[in-house]
Amino acid sequence: MEHPIKLTVNGQAWEGSVLPDLTLLRFVRETLALTGTKEGCGIGECGACTVLLDGRPVNACMVLAVEADGCALRTIEGEAKAGKLSRLQQAFVAHHAVQCGFCTPGVIMSAQALLERAPAPSDEAIVEAVAGNLCRCTGYASILKAVRSCTPHGRTGGER
Amino acid sequence: MSRLHQYVGGEHLRQDAPDKVTGEAIYVGDMAFPGMLWGRFKSSPIASGRILRIDTARARALPGVRAVLTGEELDHQLGLYMADKRILARGVVRYQGDPVAAVAAESEAMASEACNLIEVEYEPLPAVLDVEQAIEPGAPLVHPDLGSYRYMKGVFHPQPGSNVAHHQKIRRGDLEKGFAEAHRVFETSFWNPAVPHVPLETHVVIARALSGDRVDLWTAAQSPFTVRHLMAAGFGIPHNNIRVRIPYVGGGFGGKAGINLEPLATMLSKATGGRPVKIVATREEEFNTLPSRQGLKSRIKAGVTREGKLTALEVRYLWDAGAHADYGVNIGRAAATAGAGPYFVPAVKVDSLVVYTNKVFGTAFRGFGHLEVLWGIERNLDMMAHALGIDPFEMRQRNFLTPGEPTITGEIFTANHGRPDLCLKTVADAIGWSERPREDHPPKRPAPIGGKRRGYGIASLHKSPAMPVYTSCSCILKFNEDASVNLLISGVDYGQGTYTALAGIAAQELSIPVEKVHVTWDCDTATQPYDWQTVASRFAVMGGNAVIAAARDCLDQLKAVAAQVLHAPVEDLVCENEEVYVRKDPGARLHYRQLVIGYSFPNGSSIGGPVIGRGRYIAQGLTHLDPETGQGRNALNWTYGAHGVVIEVDTETGDIDVLKIASCMDAGKVLHLAAARTQVEGGVIQGLGSALIEGFKFDESGRLLNPSFVDFKIPTAKDLPREASQHFIETPQLDGPHGARGIGEHPMIAIPSAIGNAIYDALGIQIHELPLNAERVFLALKHAQPNDAARP
Repeated sequence: MEHPIKLTVNGQAWEGSVLPDLTLLRFVRETLALTGTKEGCGIGECGACTVLLDGRPVNACMVLAVEADGCALRTIEGEAKAGKLSRLQQAFVAHHAVQCGFCTPGVIMSAQALLERAPAPSDEAIVEAVAGNLCRCTGYASILKAVRSCTPHGRTGGER
Repeated sequence: MSRLHQYVGGEHLRQDAPDKVTGEAIYVGDMAFPGMLWGRFKSSPIASGRILRIDTARARALPGVRAVLTGEELDHQLGLYMADKRILARGVVRYQGDPVAAVAAESEAMASEACNLIEVEYEPLPAVLDVEQAIEPGAPLVHPDLGSYRYMKGVFHPQPGSNVAHHQKIRRGDLEKGFAEAHRVFETSFWNPAVPHVPLETHVVIARALSGDRVDLWTAAQSPFTVRHLMAAGFGIPHNNIRVRIPYVGGGFGGKAGINLEPLATMLSKATGGRPVKIVATREEEFNTLPSRQGLKSRIKAGVTREGKLTALEVRYLWDAGAHADYGVNIGRAAATAGAGPYFVPAVKVDSLVVYTNKVFGTAFRGFGHLEVLWGIERNLDMMAHALGIDPFEMRQRNFLTPGEPTITGEIFTANHGRPDLCLKTVADAIGWSERPREDHPPKRPAPIGGKRRGYGIASLHKSPAMPVYTSCSCILKFNEDASVNLLISGVDYGQGTYTALAGIAAQELSIPVEKVHVTWDCDTATQPYDWQTVASRFAVMGGNAVIAAARDCLDQLKAVAAQVLHAPVEDLVCENEEVYVRKDPGARLHYRQLVIGYSFPNGSSIGGPVIGRGRYIAQGLTHLDPETGQGRNALNWTYGAHGVVIEVDTETGDIDVLKIASCMDAGKVLHLAAARTQVEGGVIQGLGSALIEGFKFDESGRLLNPSFVDFKIPTAKDLPREASQHFIETPQLDGPHGARGIGEHPMIAIPSAIGNAIYDALGIQIHELPLNAERVFLALKHAQPNDAARP
């Protein structure tokens, strides 16, 4: 039996009914057709499906769509506004922090949540924030540089 | 030469980054077609057994199920080098995870449920799980029909009636004399476990089997044309009947080379009358069913003079191929050619045996066997150095190949091959090797348990691309009306950054802004020119040469038309900054825009036409290796490198903290600095995974014990070295684009060796097995204590 839910998706209202066993990940990818959010394992271990629920990063594969009722859902598709990349997205481009790109949306959502929660995070906090996002390509260094460049101390640093 | 539009060696932005940071990048998993079905497969729960019965009745009866297949209905034997694989197991299963039946259904859930309803009855057969047991006479045969399989003749040498899929021999010099001249002879053994690639995107494919034996594929694969070729060969249909499209790919590392799930999806589609069928491997299937890196047992016997010069080397490599060796045979061949390290050894005997076992099978993995062979070679070299009282740095410097000396396959090393010596010196300097603490390092006796200890380690590496002698690549550059360019090429950029580097080469050659070169990301065998495979660190080199040729072809076409318009001989024309002008009369000039789709004279008459450049490149001068001696030329080029590490070991837990890693590659020429640097950053961390945490574990029945991210960890952002530096030497490769060599795989090679060497420096114990996880290190140290009860 379907349950009615109501939420905002990247700022826009969404209302409809979903099956009780529908994961938030399937809801995002299949119901909403927002395929930027990726599935890497389906068991909450890789972070590729990270989205923000009320500003909090969650593994969408571990949350049911019904649990998002009443929440503000943000996915990677909402980060660029009017065709302009967010500051963090620009930093990922500038720091070559992207290789195959499959983990990238999840990493960006995790890091974005951190930057909104703590605009001047320490290096340790940055590492902690993205430690749940597995990446097999970059070795993380360029990702950490990109995130750091969006903090007040990163902006003034001599990072190329 | 123009100083405008110089991009080679630069850091222009990655072309794929905007798509990837916005979620706009489309991967196969994101695609869907009208009428698309979901495919799933059921796999064997046991490592070896006879299939007595498969009952698919309940699965077929399930609503929404459109097709059910078993191996009995599929009579194809597939493979690139050794056609030893069926689409679904037939008669027997050969590893736990071996697919035995498959379903196509209206939803993924229905397909999964149908798989659960398929009943398979097995008669368990003895499994062979250890390579040494597998080569014993009388061992159970994983492939009793090995003698009837199709394989690449002249290159591989299977031994029917045994588990040996390939025996690569290398013989050079007088081994007896070499050992007789040695001051000391050392014998030791090493072991590497199988390690999976772990791309974040699992294998995924969509297939449509169309009327008239035609097939459309969308697949996460590394090599569109090899997928097409293997499908054509496997199904006996014309190449042109198969169209392979590859959009963005979420990582490969070798695991998406060749073909994987494409044939199964195709047969499922065919069984449903041509509806599109999508198969997405689960993460567990990615570990359990899809291929991994092979395991390796190495036995090394080395003779050295008092001064540490190698006199003879006798090595046996036993590759744990698992149940299929299609790719494994080539790894056993290729890694053997590098199996002595980047050193001159007067007398060499290498036996590299690729051995079937009843485990998940091996395939290419970044480094293609070189991480594995150098785990032994580079550890052994350190052991010998310490035994002789020679500094490991000095020991290597005394043995590196120098110009005029032959490699173990008889290729003469030249000054243009590269500088292994300089790579090692660079990393040694970067970690402070010569100032490292010497007192009690390495300790004379195993270090006592208590506190932390530092260790320094170095290791050298080398690798050449492993590929057929005829490997080729081609490129098309086509101009658009605004003088921008589309670059069509069929190597796949699944993250390496090659396309961005190639765009730089094209822009520089054409003298146009790099932003005006767009590499067509989606590869399509119907519209793009041929390339062999995106493997072996050969794409930037061969692709780069093809791009240069295509760009020059464009310039010739531009000049041919401009010459008529400007009334000047072609040889007096210069192409610069999107314009063609007459050298002696620079006022006489034409913008590329006026030429790229044809020039119109003021009266309207037109000449020329669309400018489309064609470029190609083929490996030159390569030969097959002699079957008895392994002598020949198999290397397009050799890339040399080295790593240096500083670690801190917690003697109470065995935990290793990597304080510093310095890496250096002789890239010939860095084609794109940011791509090169980030390849090294990423490869080093992947190497650290192999060094410190990763490895498959099997129980005594051959069941894989760690097929999930819960039990199988890869490095996270918390596992970074405190400090990592990337260095490049540029000794031009004479036939490389701008002098470049490949560096994609090399960063992960020899990382375990350097860490293992540093552990000895820190603790005074020699560990021969990977990974060097806390448990292994601690237990090794504990058992080395003089009062340890379990001390051997």
